[in-house]
Amino acid sequence: MTSPAPPRPGLPLRPVGQPPGPRPQPIWMRLARPQFIALAVVLLINWALFPGFFTITWQDGRLFGSLIDVLNRGAPVAILAIGMTAVIATKGVDLSVGAVMAIAGATAAVMVTSGLPAGLAVLAALGVGLACGLWNGLLVTALGIQPIIATLVLMVAGRGLAQLITEGSIVTFADPVLVFIGTGAVLGLPTPVAIALTLMALATLAVRRSALGLLIEAVGVNRSAARFAGIRAGVLLVLVYAFAGLCAAMAGLIVAGDIRGADANNAGLWLELDAILAVVIGGTSLMGGRFSIPMSVLGAIIIQAMNTGILISGFSPEFNLVVKSGVILIILVVQSPQAARLLRRPDRKTATASEGKA
Amino acid sequence: MTDAQAAVVQASGIVKVFGAHRALDQVDFDLRAGEVHALLGENGAGKSTLIKILTGAYQPDGGTVRLSGVEVAFRDPLQAQGAGIGTVYQEVNLLPNRSVAENLFLGRQPTRFGLVRRREIVARAQELLAAYGLDIDVTAELSDYSVAVQQIVAIARAVELSGKVLVLDEPTASLDRNEVDRLFDVVRTLKSRGLGIVFITHFLDQVFEVADRVTILRNGRKIATHTLSEVTTTDVVRLMLGKDVAFDHHPTGLGGAARGAARVSFTGVGRAGSVAPFTLAVHEGEVVGVAGLLGSGRTEMARLMFGVDAPETGTITVNGVPVQIRNPVQAVAAGFGFCPEDRKLDGIFGDLSVRENIIIALQAKLGWFRALNPEEQIELAGRFAEALDIRAASHDMPVKFLSGGNQQKVILARWLAIDPTFLILDEPTRGIDVGAHAEIVRTINRLREEGLALLVISSELDEVVAYSNRVVVMRERALVAELSGDEVAPETIVQAIAGTRDGPGTPPSAPPPANGTGAAA
Repeated sequence: MTSPAPPRPGLPLRPVGQPPGPRPQPIWMRLARPQFIALAVVLLINWALFPGFFTITWQDGRLFGSLIDVLNRGAPVAILAIGMTAVIATKGVDLSVGAVMAIAGATAAVMVTSGLPAGLAVLAALGVGLACGLWNGLLVTALGIQPIIATLVLMVAGRGLAQLITEGSIVTFADPVLVFIGTGAVLGLPTPVAIALTLMALATLAVRRSALGLLIEAVGVNRSAARFAGIRAGVLLVLVYAFAGLCAAMAGLIVAGDIRGADANNAGLWLELDAILAVVIGGTSLMGGRFSIPMSVLGAIIIQAMNTGILISGFSPEFNLVVKSGVILIILVVQSPQAARLLRRPDRKTATASEGKA
Repeated sequence: MTDAQAAVVQASGIVKVFGAHRALDQVDFDLRAGEVHALLGENGAGKSTLIKILTGAYQPDGGTVRLSGVEVAFRDPLQAQGAGIGTVYQEVNLLPNRSVAENLFLGRQPTRFGLVRRREIVARAQELLAAYGLDIDVTAELSDYSVAVQQIVAIARAVELSGKVLVLDEPTASLDRNEVDRLFDVVRTLKSRGLGIVFITHFLDQVFEVADRVTILRNGRKIATHTLSEVTTTDVVRLMLGKDVAFDHHPTGLGGAARGAARVSFTGVGRAGSVAPFTLAVHEGEVVGVAGLLGSGRTEMARLMFGVDAPETGTITVNGVPVQIRNPVQAVAAGFGFCPEDRKLDGIFGDLSVRENIIIALQAKLGWFRALNPEEQIELAGRFAEALDIRAASHDMPVKFLSGGNQQKVILARWLAIDPTFLILDEPTRGIDVGAHAEIVRTINRLREEGLALLVISSELDEVVAYSNRVVVMRERALVAELSGDEVAPETIVQAIAGTRDGPGTPPSAPPPANGTGAAA
């Protein structure tokens, strides 16, 4: 109301900086995120239970040690979580990734055992994963089915599909390429870890260097507003589900290569839930919007560090689930908006007042 | 109707506050036995808030409600129902998968030894509905019947349970003409039985058809209560849309403003069930105002123009070149911008930052692979925030923490950032405080002076008059009149909105409601 006659908005004016905003946080503030603290605590407890936990040795051209083992075991869930992050950012969820792992593993295993080249088998497995993702994406966009239901279809049917491919048996193989994917090493790192880290880096670059990340977040925050703003929400949704399917196929190849066989019943069983958990621990809200792929990978590592810790401590596996849920509960409570408000209350009166108004 | 003057419901000085917003401000309302009392007002006028207070869904922050002379304070709708106030909503909230009879007696089934007496329920249900002129199989599922029948079942249930007051909240919105007649027969029967009926609707002709009195709300205040036989449609429209904020009329001699070339033209654009085909051109440096009551097809017209709903007929040209607009992506590609009516639902990305909200449409237009880098984003957001005087502590804060007026300016900035050829604003000043209100009106005038083509939909006539070169009037989902020059005045617009339905009280100076210049087919 005060400015007399502001200049024409459509014409370029001199570039102006934005009003004083929050300064970039110092490094120690960024590391004070609950996820980093949780990982540190879990690792320290592991170290207390097993003093050799942080020992890493170099042997036969690759790294060995409990930490490396955590990364290696956590890789499949981390890869699933990378794909799941994009889906959850659009306010969706993909329950089918565990089953897609089984389908991809079965596809590759059956192809190599019938004498086809491993390269072709890997490509076929990835293609099948992509197709599964496209199917999910089309159910969600073209038919407008709620993601949880749309992907439940493939979660249930997928295992049956995998069993049809393996004809009900566990298909074992000794193909060197597949075995390398599951148990080999690249530059000293186990292949699964190398794949997961590469995928994380590529996916993060892809969403942050292009506009994809922002547009995915926009669709997740408000799909209707995204439509009104001229965003191709449908295409984006199909894309994220397809990507989740592709990630699931990669994880499926790793798991199959690791056990040198495709087990249609158990490969990737319940891993979709671990992947969702990893994403949530990483701080991406199930309500869609802001997401971070590296933080989801961190979430997967936290989960695996807990699993490993309980294993090496000698407790029974049943105990594992209870401890895991307890730790997760703590992380989620710390992350909840209510907790944030409680922690902030004393010095942020004005902020909450304006929140109420909005 | 000897007791016609006795007030069944008497609400006085009702105040309801939500946060900083006064939804109801000292509203008085009285309902007599044996009358149909219509409640009218645009969106946000306070109709539903008042109803929710009368039916116990909300508790008032001030004022009293008396039922048959006794002061009451309902905790919840159930208590209000028990005391005699029943409500039927637009969306029938009964159980569609249970039988009609079960729905009628749900929660109070006659029982013997704890078992439901099914046969008695059926018999009593048939008897009950016969009183409403309904002879249907009450053992069939409710969803087997039309919405009209379901409405009547809901009314029967509400009257059975309550018996003094019936609140009908937009009961006719999804009914066809015959069904409306049937419903009104029921309403008249209940009226003659001495019930007080509150009737909420957007359809003026229905108000005049069935109601005895009307109360008009605007911006949370009661404007007037009138006996309908003493007023005309024009009077009612004027009261609904009247002035709250004074604007300079035609500050730059708009009426005969020199027109540039036609920027966009819509020829015979329409869609069945949405808006009848309309023809309209918007020129460079011109604001075309759209007037009409809620439900007249104003928003639907804007949605067709922007491809939110795909037009079924007609052609669209931009600067003389035909374009196809079947979805918003194509509309944005053609240089259209649209600030939707429901900001929260269709406009803002609450959790995204002010900066991201400003650049998002330009980014969507540029595509996935031409990402605006952070420096460009900061520059764009800074430039438009300054030009529109957007007040935000930081452009990195989530836009949901901004006031309504600033959010509206953020959406406006979003569209200005794509350097639009044509901008559609649907109720740009709704829910915005008075200061920001005047500012938005000034901004619209400024954009016009800078040569933009704008279409602005508004319920506030003084506002429309303040910035429009021409005004088109919508009624019953069709473009019925186009006013230009001296015709762009509140009084003329009111008459065009009221149109042919007007009674004997029409002033002689009324212009022909539809002169055909803007209306097609």
